[in-house]
Amino acid sequence: MDTEEFVIRQISVFSENKPGRLAAMARALQEEQVNILAFSIAEAGEFGVVRALVDQPDKAYKKLSGMGFVVSFTEVIGVKMRDEPGGLYEVARILGEAKINIEYSYAYSGKEMAVLILRVDNTREAIKQIRAHGGEMARIPSGPSPVKGR
Amino acid sequence: MFWEPKIETMPVEDLHRLQYRLLKSLVYRLYSFSEFYHRRMEDAGVHPDDIRVLADVKKLPFMFKRDLRDSYPDKIFTATPEELVRYHVSSGTTGKPTVVGYTANDLENWTVSLARALTSIGLTSRDVVQVSYGYGLFTGGLGLHYGAERIGATVIPASVGNTERQIELMQDLRATAIACTPSYLLHMGEVAEKMGISIPKDTQLRVGILGAEPWSERMRNRMQEWLGIRAYDIFGTSELSGPLFTECSAQKGFHVWGDFALTEIVDPETGEPVAPGEKGELTMTVLQKEALPIVRFRLGDVTEMDEGVCACGRTHPRVMRITGRVDDMLIIRGINVFPSQIEHALMSIPQVGKHFMIEVDRKMELDTLLVRVEVAPEAFSDKITDLMRLKAMVAGKLRSVLNVNADVELAEPGTLPRFEGKAKRVVDRRTL
Ligand SMILES: [Zn+2]
Repeated sequence: MDTEEFVIRQISVFSENKPGRLAAMARALQEEQVNILAFSIAEAGEFGVVRALVDQPDKAYKKLSGMGFVVSFTEVIGVKMRDEPGGLYEVARILGEAKINIEYSYAYSGKEMAVLILRVDNTREAIKQIRAHGGEMARIPSGPSPVKGR
Repeated sequence: MFWEPKIETMPVEDLHRLQYRLLKSLVYRLYSFSEFYHRRMEDAGVHPDDIRVLADVKKLPFMFKRDLRDSYPDKIFTATPEELVRYHVSSGTTGKPTVVGYTANDLENWTVSLARALTSIGLTSRDVVQVSYGYGLFTGGLGLHYGAERIGATVIPASVGNTERQIELMQDLRATAIACTPSYLLHMGEVAEKMGISIPKDTQLRVGILGAEPWSERMRNRMQEWLGIRAYDIFGTSELSGPLFTECSAQKGFHVWGDFALTEIVDPETGEPVAPGEKGELTMTVLQKEALPIVRFRLGDVTEMDEGVCACGRTHPRVMRITGRVDDMLIIRGINVFPSQIEHALMSIPQVGKHFMIEVDRKMELDTLLVRVEVAPEAFSDKITDLMRLKAMVAGKLRSVLNVNADVELAEPGTLPRFEGKAKRVVDRRTL
């Protein structure tokens, strides 16, 4: 069972809530021909954090930090959601029983089905637990992980 | 090591008694012989007989920089041409310069003050002191020159400029101490490295006597580590005679010799004394000055005073490092706030950069203080809770330093304004 192939590298960007910041990010990635697969924005007053899954995270990181943005890589996981009620509860229950905390989550509509993106406090253990309980992990190509063993 | 052990370690009560005697005779002398002070005291309704205890000094009127400018060149002088032996002139950044005259006694007191100070940082007749302050109308060069000679040290009167030659002289003449501005010493360190000379390894330098411009504890640590020296703050202005006081080897504020000067820290708004240990405006009365008397002179510098006996054994009060200028002061909900306090607090928080902006507003009759800081890239977490915790931590730190609530906003690195020269970090939108 290879856990590593299910670790997804998300890029996270610190952004002030000023008009045009999100557009500037999107335009820059488009110019670099980086595809945005999924993204979410978490706001907190004067600032927010933009989280995105892209097909070329390293290229995106280089471009955005070159523009002066504060960018970091974060490890997240994706769980495929069956089109039936109770799917989200099921994931939360599995992780809860394994004493793994969910830091945040957001949804991503994949080609075949919806995927729940999660940041948890123990990525590898979460993958093992979800798979052991019959959950299906999404593979999102995001290059080799630079932060092993977190 | 003491230059005048009896005086430097005299019991505090004796020192206060001595200060009172000196103040009393100063006031009588000025009331009788100085037109300027006579008029000032009449206007304030105070007679020399009203000075009955040392604390009565606060009955005397204040004196400001503008009083000296208005009396250009020598209207306040109380010495005769026969008694005057020297002039120094400070080039004011605004308006007219200030002329300071000296009698032989004034020069003697200035020199003794520095002899005590240099001894307190461990310099002796075996030392070689390179004086890299300007010689001439500016007081720095000649002041340090005579102070160092008085303790028997060997002086290299290098003055400013020609840095490469200064470094050669430092090496060849085995200078153990240098007196200059902190920025000039940093410059020397860089030039020396370019010349392939390591100041810690290739010279005998062990002491820096640094002043004439503001510097920080952080700069001190950097210089001490990089140059292998002990760096001491020196304080004085031309109105007081020149550089007069330094920190002692304890590096906890500079000793103001109580027999030369009476120090007060006052609230810049009300002129009332602040509580012990609180920040306010440095105010000095020079007790033994003949040519240009200085009484309750408001220096415009923000600092605090410690009257406790120092670890070095000296009983004379210590004035802490100058942290700002009164002109920069803000009053938020009745509390004095200095941008330098905010700068200082932020320096101790590595998660935010050193650039900041202060925005003051009035909402519903209440002053609001907003401090905007930049998130350091290393401190960025993509968890909102971590960022909110960082904000709360910065706000808590500011509250404990300022005694007033401040809102904190996080900004992207590199987005707050950068300033060359004098920073304009305060935006005050209050309309009163
Ligand atoms: Zn001391």
